Amino acid sequence: MATVELRFSALPEHVRTARLVAAAVARRAGVDEAVLDEVRLAVGEACSRAVGLHEVNELTTPVRVLLIEDEKKFSIEVGDEAPHTPAGRPAESAGRPGAGEPSRGAGGDEEDDMGLAVISGLVDDVEVSAGESGGSIRMSWPVTSAPVLS
Amino acid sequence: MDLSLSTRTVGDRTVVEVGGEIDVYTAPKLREQLVELVNDGSYHLVVDMEGVDFLDSTGLGVLVGGLKRVRAHEGSLRLVCNQERILKIFRITGLTKVFPIHTSVDDAVSATD
Repeated sequence: MATVELRFSALPEHVRTARLVAAAVARRAGVDEAVLDEVRLAVGEACSRAVGLHEVNELTTPVRVLLIEDEKKFSIEVGDEAPHTPAGRPAESAGRPGAGEPSRGAGGDEEDDMGLAVISGLVDDVEVSAGESGGSIRMSWPVTSAPVLS
Repeated sequence: MDLSLSTRTVGDRTVVEVGGEIDVYTAPKLREQLVELVNDGSYHLVVDMEGVDFLDSTGLGVLVGGLKRVRAHEGSLRLVCNQERILKIFRITGLTKVFPIHTSVDDAVSATD
């Protein structure tokens, strides 16, 4: 079971909340202070991507964030419910006409790619998976100190 | 924290001072501001990011979009940033080669190449 599980409506305004919660739980789990900025950014990127995928696919289901504290590592899994084609692209957006700049960018393929580029540049241990019923990004960081008690 | 934006003119440059968090929620406001400036004929922009607490790839996308717009008018888009955690995102994505990044607004405003 996840240490903390968060579900939020797939709206951009809630991504900040997910970042704050993830950083707070990571700090408590003993993730190094110097790495917390990276945790915040990586979970924000993963959530922005999930929100974009839900919007493009017109899904009303929430985005799911699992924060998992283990003895030696802290993991975050961000799950979306967007159907993906085998190539890893969302089924509907793959055939979407690229009519200029997207109004909000989150669903744009270029920015989706940039989000994944940021995540892979930031996080050493990252796993991206996608299937017909949804996808997920799982990231983990070593826990370098004893958990914070206060 | 939300996004704050203010603009001022210094010579032939327009300085956009950005504060707060640039993410998937707030980035559209920055995009609108940059589009409006270019539509109004400001083609030499300096984006001062010293007050930015957080920047993600959506924000990077908006800055790249701004750069494309000003370049269409033979303009320029320069950034001012000294914060290591923000600079790191530009480095990871290779965008330090795309944007001229300055340490002060004075430096950015007087830069010519």
